[in-house]
Amino acid sequence: MNAQAAGGMPEITYNFAYLDEQTKRMIRRAILKAIAVPGYQVPFAAREMPMPYGWGTGGVQVTAAVLGPDDVLKVIDQGADDTTNAVAIRGFFEKTARVATTTSTQAATLIQTRHRVPETPLRENQILVYQVPIPEPLRFLEPRETETRQLHALAEYGLMHVKLYEDIARHGHIATTYAYPVEVAGRYVMDPSPIPKFDNPKLDDCPALQLFGAGREKRIYAIPPHTRVRSLDFEDHPFRVQRFAQSCALCAASGVYLDEVILDDKGGRMFVCSDTDYCNGRQEAGHRGEMAGEGA
Amino acid sequence: MYVAAKGGEKAIRNAHALLAKRRRGNTNLPSITLDQIAQQLTLAVDRVMAEGSLYDVELAALAVKQARGDLIEAIFLIRAFRTTLPRFGYARALDTARMLVRRRVSATYKDLPGGQLLGPTFDYTHRLLDTSLGVADEAEGVADQTDQAGEAEAPVAMPRVTDLLGQEGLIEGAPADDGSEPFDITRAPVSFPVDRSTRLQTLARGDEGYLLALGYSTQRGYGRSHPFVGEIRFGDVEVMFEAPELGFEVSLGTVQVTECQSVNQFKGSATTPPQFTRGYGLVFGQCERKAMSMALVERALRWEELGEEPGAPAQDEEFVLSHSDNVQATGFVEHLKLPHYVDFQAELDLVRRMRAEQAAEMKEAAE
Amino acid sequence: MSGTSPDDTLTPCLATGFDDPVMDGQATFRAAMWALSRPGRIEPVTPSLTPPAPLSPEAAALVLALCDYETPLWLDPALALVPDVAAFLRFHTGAPIVGDAREARFALIAEPVEMPDFSDFAQGTPDFPDASATLIVQVQGFGGGLVLEGPGIKGRTAFGAAPLPADFIARMAANRALFPLGVDLLLAGAGGVAGLPRSVTVKEG
Repeated sequence: MNAQAAGGMPEITYNFAYLDEQTKRMIRRAILKAIAVPGYQVPFAAREMPMPYGWGTGGVQVTAAVLGPDDVLKVIDQGADDTTNAVAIRGFFEKTARVATTTSTQAATLIQTRHRVPETPLRENQILVYQVPIPEPLRFLEPRETETRQLHALAEYGLMHVKLYEDIARHGHIATTYAYPVEVAGRYVMDPSPIPKFDNPKLDDCPALQLFGAGREKRIYAIPPHTRVRSLDFEDHPFRVQRFAQSCALCAASGVYLDEVILDDKGGRMFVCSDTDYCNGRQEAGHRGEMAGEGA
Repeated sequence: MYVAAKGGEKAIRNAHALLAKRRRGNTNLPSITLDQIAQQLTLAVDRVMAEGSLYDVELAALAVKQARGDLIEAIFLIRAFRTTLPRFGYARALDTARMLVRRRVSATYKDLPGGQLLGPTFDYTHRLLDTSLGVADEAEGVADQTDQAGEAEAPVAMPRVTDLLGQEGLIEGAPADDGSEPFDITRAPVSFPVDRSTRLQTLARGDEGYLLALGYSTQRGYGRSHPFVGEIRFGDVEVMFEAPELGFEVSLGTVQVTECQSVNQFKGSATTPPQFTRGYGLVFGQCERKAMSMALVERALRWEELGEEPGAPAQDEEFVLSHSDNVQATGFVEHLKLPHYVDFQAELDLVRRMRAEQAAEMKEAAE
Repeated sequence: MSGTSPDDTLTPCLATGFDDPVMDGQATFRAAMWALSRPGRIEPVTPSLTPPAPLSPEAAALVLALCDYETPLWLDPALALVPDVAAFLRFHTGAPIVGDAREARFALIAEPVEMPDFSDFAQGTPDFPDASATLIVQVQGFGGGLVLEGPGIKGRTAFGAAPLPADFIARMAANRALFPLGVDLLLAGAGGVAGLPRSVTVKEG
């Protein structure tokens, strides 16, 4: 336990997928309870990970606890496989678990994501792991954990409805555009992580298992496959998702979530798919947007 | 034709190569050694061990070097390593009364058994830059890692001020060790309200600057509890471990710690005579500012148990303990630099839509 | 190492645990995870374990994968009767074996027909519904006769296992009525595991 002689730094080796087996069992037990009580945030003893809190430590711990040698892993951030944090996390598992990785939503058995649900519909036997910064949907209405825990215990969600309705009164719209709260299996109100509310409908009756990991806040929650997930709304203000007037400038897709890219300082801009795998697939299939080159 | 930005992998590789180069600095200068860091930046190493919650001088020195002197980054490196270590069990509570004291001051007594021992302290130095340190000096012979000599006397054991007060019943008793395992904040999620072991552990690894500010606020009237520094002591304490298979205690070695016990305003009632109360701070290494701040905040957090009025920030247990960890705090603050363009796009769309609606309404009203 | 002679603490021919604790533990957990995610589906578990009877290899694998010194484990009378079972589980998991069902995080049941009422086990609390017991129940095999509905199931699905207590449907209905409190069941049968989380509704098929 003490420092060794100079030059004799301890040899440091890590277990499969980094976490030690005791930690994995602890996380696995939390995952099982999360599945048994859909939408309920199970406290777990999140460990320090070799990446900063807030950068996906919860998702990484869930993935590390679930991952096996036969898995094919995909990691996305903002829908893209090549964003730096996605690259860093994928590299972490390539190094510590030597699992196969892919950018294909179809080919993946386990997808870790930050802020998006892939456009390609998920299928059975897939696992989607969300990175969650603030798991508590009531946190911005009530900062105290002692209070929010009570509200969940009593299924007392009036506060949330009041907040959403105040938005309507003030702005004419529900002003929550991402991390839009959902009710899971008719009981718990849950934060779907900061995905745009555009993605909320994909959570409902999804054939894949959805797991949510919040490392800093030490919570894990889950939505089993084929579970009813309802975005909160009102009779006179039904839940509606954002629609883009444009289609993707590269693959011409419409009805998908688009990133706005600023091209110059004179108001030039374009819209492209946030889901890079989906966009590449369409381009390979010959779809061409207005800004795409001729041959790929 | 538009080509989307790609190549995250390459960008990361290049950034890390550049970081390594900057860390090394000018290669005409020799690389700083871990011994040099451990011996000459001792207090930086101590802070890394304290807030990293791992007593290992060499690894802490390595972390300081690797982090280019960024201590929160170094603390993070140590924490990420610490979490992979297997746990063998829980040591016995340290007996600081048996500390081999290297420094000890009491603000409550002019003299006391064992005396005041200034030891290695910045106190009473004139904060004048010493330009003579600007010149590298030659080593004066062979380094001896364990040598702490040059300090006036051999360290000695001394009774604690709070024990002296306790003999007269003037201060509340130290919480008894009921032998139960302490809550372990690294093994189980914390839920509020917390017990004493959770409170002390969280504060002990809490950020020095954060606790300093909170402790300071209690002195300025936000949860004042009229503290006296009963005693600060710094020195070596033996760590004892009782392995269940052995059935007896073994010594695992010694650690250096700083302990601060504050003596605070009394409590009492019609039935119990008035007594001073205590706040407690204990930190790895020589981290006096942190130990004192911890004692102030620890005492402030005990308002309910002592029948005091709440309301000050430093008394708010959930607030204080939820935000004290600098590894958590820095991660979450710094995560804001990660891409958020998906969510920003959603906000952008809403703001544009609301502006368009408002413009239409105004036009309608004007017509 | 030990203060007492080895013969007192170790069974001379203790059955071995997982061949590969890391990978076998992962695979067994994944089966349990999918089992609870998709109630009624049998997920394959094929451990190369030969635990002391009457503990079955599948149930033993689940305990080895999920339990450790942090999870008090309760054994039903049929298992508690055989000291080798407790010795095997303690050695391979470090889990404390408890006599009081209420203290258990996991309960291992070899005689389902005789199993105690679910209310004998920890149900969780309104604040922490996860603080409830998981029951690992050994069955001979799976079949039909029941219909399941709930999260994890598209519409409804047929399920069955034997042997189960005669009042099993009533027990599960009482458990479901407690939601979000209640116990979760992992049924370990030959070659597989099925899950009945507290969220499931069990009806006559």
